Amino acid sequence: MYSIILSSTTRIVTPLLLLFSFFLLIRGHNEPGGGFVGGLVAATAFLLYLIAFGVLRVKRLLRIEPLFLIALGLLITLVSSLFGLFFQEEFMKGFWLKEEIPILGKFGTPFLFDIGVYFLVIGVILKIIFSLAEEDKD
Amino acid sequence: MIEVILLSFLSAFLLPLFFRFNKKLPGIISTLVAFFLFIYFASTLPTILSGNVIKESTPWFPAVGINFSFYLDGLSLLFALLITGIGTVVFLYASKYMEDYKYSARFFVYLTSFMASMLGLVLSDNLILLFIFLELTSVTSFLLIGFKHEKESSRYAALQALIVTGTGGLILFAGIIAIGIIAGTFNISDLLSNQQLIVQHSAYGLILFTFLLGAFTKSAQFPFHFWLPSAMEAPTPVSAYLHSATMVKAGVFLLARMNPILGGTELWQNSLILFGTITMLFAILTAVKQTDLKKILAYSTVSILGTLVMLIGIGTDFAIRAMIITLIAHAIYKATLFLISGTIDSQTGTRDVTKLRGLKDKMPITFATAILAMLSMFGIIPFLGFIGKETLLDSVIRSGLYFPFLPIIVFVSSVFVIAVASIVVLRPFLFAFKKTPRDVTEAPFRMWIGPALLSLLGLVFGISATYSLTSIVNSVSASIFNFNSDYTIKLWYGFNLNFFLSVLIVLVGLVFYRYRNIFIKIVSHSAIINYVKPSFWYDKFISGLNKLATTQTSLLQTGFLRHYIIIIMLAFIVFVGYTFFRNIPLSEINPNFNSTTYEKILAGVIVISAFFVVKAKSRLYAIISMGVVGYSIAIIFVLYGAPDLALTQFAIETLSVILFVFVLYKLPKYQNFSHPTRRMRDFLIAGSSGLIITLIVFYVTSIQLQSEVKKFFSETSLPIGMGRNVVNVIIVDFRALDTLGEITVLGIAAIGVFSMLKLILREEKN
Repeated sequence: MYSIILSSTTRIVTPLLLLFSFFLLIRGHNEPGGGFVGGLVAATAFLLYLIAFGVLRVKRLLRIEPLFLIALGLLITLVSSLFGLFFQEEFMKGFWLKEEIPILGKFGTPFLFDIGVYFLVIGVILKIIFSLAEEDKD
Repeated sequence: MIEVILLSFLSAFLLPLFFRFNKKLPGIISTLVAFFLFIYFASTLPTILSGNVIKESTPWFPAVGINFSFYLDGLSLLFALLITGIGTVVFLYASKYMEDYKYSARFFVYLTSFMASMLGLVLSDNLILLFIFLELTSVTSFLLIGFKHEKESSRYAALQALIVTGTGGLILFAGIIAIGIIAGTFNISDLLSNQQLIVQHSAYGLILFTFLLGAFTKSAQFPFHFWLPSAMEAPTPVSAYLHSATMVKAGVFLLARMNPILGGTELWQNSLILFGTITMLFAILTAVKQTDLKKILAYSTVSILGTLVMLIGIGTDFAIRAMIITLIAHAIYKATLFLISGTIDSQTGTRDVTKLRGLKDKMPITFATAILAMLSMFGIIPFLGFIGKETLLDSVIRSGLYFPFLPIIVFVSSVFVIAVASIVVLRPFLFAFKKTPRDVTEAPFRMWIGPALLSLLGLVFGISATYSLTSIVNSVSASIFNFNSDYTIKLWYGFNLNFFLSVLIVLVGLVFYRYRNIFIKIVSHSAIINYVKPSFWYDKFISGLNKLATTQTSLLQTGFLRHYIIIIMLAFIVFVGYTFFRNIPLSEINPNFNSTTYEKILAGVIVISAFFVVKAKSRLYAIISMGVVGYSIAIIFVLYGAPDLALTQFAIETLSVILFVFVLYKLPKYQNFSHPTRRMRDFLIAGSSGLIITLIVFYVTSIQLQSEVKKFFSETSLPIGMGRNVVNVIIVDFRALDTLGEITVLGIAAIGVFSMLKLILREEKN
């Protein structure tokens, strides 16, 4: 079921969606957005690609196994929560850098936490969708 | 001390790394670790024996009084020395014994972790910490019993031990918490200085009950003893280490430790004496009937544990001293005998005493070792076991408790101990050689040196008792009694009543050994012993539990999604509806129906699409209509100034429509419509839950909600949370713990979906 309109649009829209998801992620702390929505949008980008080109192509595009993204996301959130351990502070105590980082702006452990959420959400949705979509071929 | 325990755990987890270099390394390294720990604890002997205690504390949860507090006194030092000393011998032995096993690295990881947990248990000054280490010993014991996990019987035994000791541990936990509430502290050393507090409290009986259950299950007291003989499924070094010398004594340790805090009452004394005595007699009677070397040893271990519990119950200073000496003597000779049974097993290929005969010429060193251990178990002068038996008899008679029943029972079980020792040692080694499954040779060096040294130790300690043991026994009884005692242990007290009784016990025991078959015949035909089978009731209980679980699961979890939804909705209607109608008078519901045109249009769209969902003739229509409902709700969020919610709602709606389409593809055609009565039922359930939600929303809009939280979040979001988007700051900072939990659940859900779709499918294909 190949559609030239869909595939051409997808080629343009997928990178834009991914860029948009990243934009949502980094602005989330001050404006509407955040890791969760960002992750959802990023996952949608890959889904669009999946609908246009199939599971195999999207897997090649993604390169990494979604389960790895889930683990990575959990790891990042956990690490960001454990910073207090090194400074004799509580679990999940927020730490912020004094200087602003270009593009990202203010950077701190809560932001790192949001990045973890972002990866996890992408991983979860893609894992479920891949499991459903792959089953067709069997 | 926290460093020592951490180091032991760390070394345990590093062992597999060494396994990659050389398969023999884990065994050797863990032996060295145990030996190093032994030296460490031995070096603290002068400090402890001079009457000092070493205390250390590192904060953990100081707010609730849970800290890494450790406490080294006579009692804990004795146990630490036993754990590391016998540990060294067992590790050395195992480094040879386990060489050919496939997962030998794993074995040493478990065994070293066990040693670390056991050390933590005896050194803990904090009851919660003690509980955690107690559970850790149960878990490591589970892993070790089930080490040969391909065998069904191993798995069964491992699970049984875990369930019995774990249940006891959990009940004990309740008692610990109760003590914490009453005393305001979990520190054992603080409780020691306030002894009457718990004993005089009205909940004392209940607390005592929990501690007794915890100790009795761990130390295999009747009627919870059955897990210990089953645990003989474990490799022999494990049986020698965990199930005779150390772990099973954890319960005895607990009782000794709590003696100054919970003891001294009649209830304490009577229950310990009762259960200790029953265990002592029952187990040794059962031991005589067994034919498996390890089972015989296991039952005799249970019997000795009963003796120790009884002695703590008697509670005089004589009894406590007898308990300490018996504990040391037993740890030494029983570990030796267990290791010898392992040697016999691996050299001959069988552990069945009826098949073993005349090994003395083939295994001379092992034979000599076994004889030394047996003589200590017999209680022959000048072995340590002799002092143990003398002091045991002395304290029982001297206490005058339950005269003459208690002395008679002790006498009888001592006679059986002699018989059991003879069956274990004399029978396999003496007489003419009988052919065994394997060609018999002497054990390799690493397997005889440890037991040989241990058995010699029993002799050395016996001869030098006055000098070697007096101070440590005094120090241990000082920690059990909480006052200093000054008593000199002697090997020889002259020809007194105890000595004659001792001799009589040995003689009667040997005669009994000669004619044991008659007894076995009588016992196996007597109804009582066959009727009292706790393991049978355990099996009944477990299968009953399984049946209950199956029934209630099949009742609630039918496998039909619609049934789950019905159950969820019914629960909602019943509980929420009940609470709502009970607390809120209908007159207070004054909704405000003022709305803008946009809202009216959106509401109309939602109602119409909801109608389409219900009436749709195909799933695709239903899903798209659902999507319309979702998008309309998202627009409402926009209207009310919740852009974050709206964003998420849009994304989620899009994704769920796509997800549904993928699922839809696999479902059978939408042909069978439910029966009208069933549709009626569904309508009623859905309608009532909708009605309740509507009423709640009406009620909420008709009152003014006063929320402190809202104010707090909007005021502190920027200064503390460093973000202007309050919603996001709540998610990733203020309530980040919730988020962490939620995303973990999400991750697990994804793995669940994956395994349900993939693994089940693969099974069907195969």
